[in-house]
Amino acid sequence: MPTVEFTPNLARQTMIRPCRVDGATVAEALRAVFEELPALRGYVLDDQGAVRTHVVIFADGTSVRDRKQLSDPLRPDSEVFVMQALSGG
Amino acid sequence: MSGKLYLGTRKALIEVERGSKGWRITRPSFSGVQVPMLLPDARDGMLYAAVEHGHFGTKFHASGDGGATWEERASPMYPPKPDDAPDVMCPMRSKPVPWSLEKIWSLEAGGKAEPGVLWCGTIPGGLFKSTDSGASWSLVESLWNNPARAKWFGGGYDWPGIHSVCVDPRDHRRVLVAVSCGGVWETPDGGATWACHGEGIVNDYMPPELASDPVTQDPHRIAWCQAAPDTIWMQHHNGIFRSNDGGKVWERFTNGNPSVFGFAVAVHPTDPAKAWFVPGIKDEQRVPTEGALCVMRTRDGGKTFEPCRKGLPQEHAYHLVYRHCLDVSGDGRTLAFGSTTGSVWISEDGGDSWERISAELPPVYCVRFA
Repeated sequence: MPTVEFTPNLARQTMIRPCRVDGATVAEALRAVFEELPALRGYVLDDQGAVRTHVVIFADGTSVRDRKQLSDPLRPDSEVFVMQALSGG
Repeated sequence: MSGKLYLGTRKALIEVERGSKGWRITRPSFSGVQVPMLLPDARDGMLYAAVEHGHFGTKFHASGDGGATWEERASPMYPPKPDDAPDVMCPMRSKPVPWSLEKIWSLEAGGKAEPGVLWCGTIPGGLFKSTDSGASWSLVESLWNNPARAKWFGGGYDWPGIHSVCVDPRDHRRVLVAVSCGGVWETPDGGATWACHGEGIVNDYMPPELASDPVTQDPHRIAWCQAAPDTIWMQHHNGIFRSNDGGKVWERFTNGNPSVFGFAVAVHPTDPAKAWFVPGIKDEQRVPTEGALCVMRTRDGGKTFEPCRKGLPQEHAYHLVYRHCLDVSGDGRTLAFGSTTGSVWISEDGGDSWERISAELPPVYCVRFA
């Protein structure tokens, strides 16, 4: 099962914890996380379901390419990190 | 007199309270985070705040104890864009207007007879309504889907936004909203239908044949007299206007002293002839005239305007006062305003004199008395 972890900066705003969830894509893994932590969804995704402009998601060391549908595939042992993007000022 | 003032700033929501030694800052909330808009709801004492995280988007919080503790409620969400919904293109830039929340730009309580109703204006132009104190929100699709929205464009920010929402105290189904840039819109039926009014409003930034088009106007802020809501004052991009018929026909004032450019306007709660503005040099500079800050006041329905300077810096001042940063309390004498350079002043004599509460604050986005 892939693991999903979050930037500690999110802990100040809403409840987070590392999750081990089923999912063949980033979208499926995050959907499973948000079932456990529903308030977290709006901090990571915008109201159209895309990754927020200043959030970046890494899967196994590579930032996800599909920021709208999150279709990037995951392996059973994948590690996903949700981070603040270093953008803006 | 109101004894409590709330500031929404670039780095916190800040509470200011009047004690035995005068007005003092008493408590910050959301330290380090933008608070572009807040609402003290006089109907039930609730305090609401839009909290905008640089990375994690806009959230909506509520406090039942004046800001001591907060709980997160629902943030307005644009519904999924239907596959067959065409993009609305910004007429100034030929780019599609986003179908997603960019910023909460206005928050207002519904009528006294409809507790829990809240209105929320946003950038890029969606109006939202809650009937459960922010537990959930619905996009007012009748306005969002109005074909005239294709003529709206950004003013102040890249995309159009609803910055003023006025709920008629006589009939809460009648609501006015003002859009930068998209004019003044009225619903008589709680949001089911909308019409754009604005006879007499003129801008100087469009081609001459469009200068009087109500939908191309940039009303920086509108405010009406609570006791006489047919009188509405407008600080427009190109001057000061007033309507005496509920927003349909407007009269232009060119006799501002020292100028007619600005963003904010506040209207006396019971005397529609009294209004306050914070003037500056017009749009290409946006600084106080000759470096001297003043609040501009009319007490005679616009026949004359006078600058109020006592207690305000009169040289080398660069204070800009955004559209939500001037407020008058229910007594009609206590006023407050805050600037982009982090100063906040309060007057307890209708603007005759001002006391600076702090010069050390972050840029101020919103000033409201409880």
